[in-house]
Amino acid sequence: MQPEPITQVSSRAFIVAEENVDTDQIIPARFLTATERGSLADACFRDWRFAKDDQPNGHPLNAVDTAERAILLAGHNFGCGSSREHAPWALRDFGVRAVVTSGAGDIFKSNAAKNGLVVAEIGREAHGALMEAVAADPDTEITVDVEGLTVSAAGVRASFDLEPFARTCLVQGVDPLGFILGRTEAIAAYEAARP
Amino acid sequence: MAPRPSEPKTLFDKVWEAHLALPETGENPGLLYVDLHLVHEVTSPQAFAELAARGLTVRRPDRTFATMDHSTPTTPRPFGARPVYSSPATKKQVETLEENCRRHGIELFGWDSPDRGIVHVIGPELGLTRPGMTIVCGDSHTSTHGAFGALAFGIGTTEVGHVLATQCVLQRRPKTMRVNVEGRLPVGVTAKDLALAIIAEVGAGGAAGHAVEYAGPAIAALSMEERMTVCNMSIEMGARAGMIAPDETTFAFLRGRDRAPKGAAFEAEVARWRTLKTDPGAAFDAEVTINASRLSPMITWGASPDMAAPIDQPTPAVTGPDADKALRYMGFKPGETLLGETVHTVFIGSCTNSRLSDLRQAAAVMAGRHVGPGVRMIVVPGSERIKKAAEAEGLDAVFRTAGAEWREPGCSMCIAMNGDMGRPGELVVSTSNRNFAGRQGPGVRTVLASPATAAASAVAGAIADPRRLMEMCGAA
Ligand code: SF4
Repeated sequence: MQPEPITQVSSRAFIVAEENVDTDQIIPARFLTATERGSLADACFRDWRFAKDDQPNGHPLNAVDTAERAILLAGHNFGCGSSREHAPWALRDFGVRAVVTSGAGDIFKSNAAKNGLVVAEIGREAHGALMEAVAADPDTEITVDVEGLTVSAAGVRASFDLEPFARTCLVQGVDPLGFILGRTEAIAAYEAARP
Repeated sequence: MAPRPSEPKTLFDKVWEAHLALPETGENPGLLYVDLHLVHEVTSPQAFAELAARGLTVRRPDRTFATMDHSTPTTPRPFGARPVYSSPATKKQVETLEENCRRHGIELFGWDSPDRGIVHVIGPELGLTRPGMTIVCGDSHTSTHGAFGALAFGIGTTEVGHVLATQCVLQRRPKTMRVNVEGRLPVGVTAKDLALAIIAEVGAGGAAGHAVEYAGPAIAALSMEERMTVCNMSIEMGARAGMIAPDETTFAFLRGRDRAPKGAAFEAEVARWRTLKTDPGAAFDAEVTINASRLSPMITWGASPDMAAPIDQPTPAVTGPDADKALRYMGFKPGETLLGETVHTVFIGSCTNSRLSDLRQAAAVMAGRHVGPGVRMIVVPGSERIKKAAEAEGLDAVFRTAGAEWREPGCSMCIAMNGDMGRPGELVVSTSNRNFAGRQGPGVRTVLASPATAAASAVAGAIADPRRLMEMCGAA
């Protein structure tokens, strides 16, 4: 349905520095049995955050308050692997509103855009600088400007690309299925013209 | 306008351009028409719920096929019997699929179907997968179908909803990459080893944003089952899709398949399919060349499929933070050889390696031998048809006699959401496609390998080079 428009995300950040964090880490497969939406906060990074007895362990992610820190500053190739849309769902349920990384998995990126999760891929150098800034001062405020396509924080400013349609969907709250349904005539014409 | 001499095109371009219901513009992605939509229980419930919430119907149930494989139990039971599920949630998921298929008139290969199996195994097996098609499924290993010269890729659940409702998906044209594989695979080195070698070379994100075409003499020499193994793992280097141009091997595989056209209609299709190849001079955004003749059996030493090396080579001596972390997780040291490392569980199965030729490969190594003391081995055929064919040639007996479990078809330990999983700390040699931390159960350490290497390791009770056993049984 009609999503909320998102023009920018301003918040403090938390870091997941590892590279190649796959969607199995973001949400392990045994939590893919949900048939409804909205209940995956505890499944997010489950095997990092919970001990074998299903009790939260001492992992730093358990200390993150996403009401204060809604930006995830992630390592390279974040969200690679499985196409499960449960990954952006889980991150959203956990309270993440934007992911800033030097590179994200393709399908993850596309899934995120459809679920109001901003993924900003910035250059390696700016990414490194941002990581250092947040590590040095965890209270660093970061602004991800979806309209202007920039990520800025004290001393760091970087631009990122967003597929133009994904950007329009985020900024204007456009519903992609509604968009396709508005082109049903072209689909019918294509079907009619095929051998 | 005067007709221009047509520019040389890649295989990908040809399939892509033939499926654009609307071209892409600066503002909007293209609207790509989908020929075949495969659906399974895990990534579809929320998509069907979205359709229901909007009062929409499925546009082309005739182009939509469903099966259940991911969360379904593989415990032995009589054919057609409903299984005992691992949890109320997995039961509900499967029943939700059954109900959605009934409501929307979608053909479901369900419990009563002799055609049920892993979604990427049954598509080709039934002849639903054919050259030049666009194929999508809510599963990243949809790239498997690219072995037939189809453009096949994984989509998320929202897009599953888009395709159900409109038969289209919004896509930007990806970049293209060609992986040229020169030479020929040595005896005892399999398509799985080639796939792992390519991924190790390109890197986990090295093909991100690209549609990959595999080409060259070593690819042309592969059987269809082997080509599927290679295309299957394209996503592990970040690729959107993997493709191989169709040829006589492809046509021979498809001729006579249940759902493929028959007789003159089939031959007419073959004539069209022959045009589906990259024109000489067509440009790719990236090219990689690998010499197959120099490859050995490969295994992974880390927690990402690109952390792979020849089985007799040591783990990297000089590492970075990620490799260090992966080695720590795996319990391996930098610079050590993994041959001889104690193995607890061996899994033969998944859409990468659960076809008849994979089972034969493993059985050839197991025949007349027994799994090592304390080793648990489970063999999970990819489909009901494969199970039946394997039993007809006595492969199940080989595995059982060797002390392995012979299971019902499904994804099983590849994704470990149906109750089949390893125990924390266990070392599992697996023929599946992902060795991510915890993929096969919390704390489980996964080593990816070919069916031959997995079988040899089961017998030895430790990571073992299959070439030794193959020589001894004359398979090499
Ligand atoms: S076997 Fe594994 S990779 Fe293949 S479809 Fe099933 S879960 Fe996915």
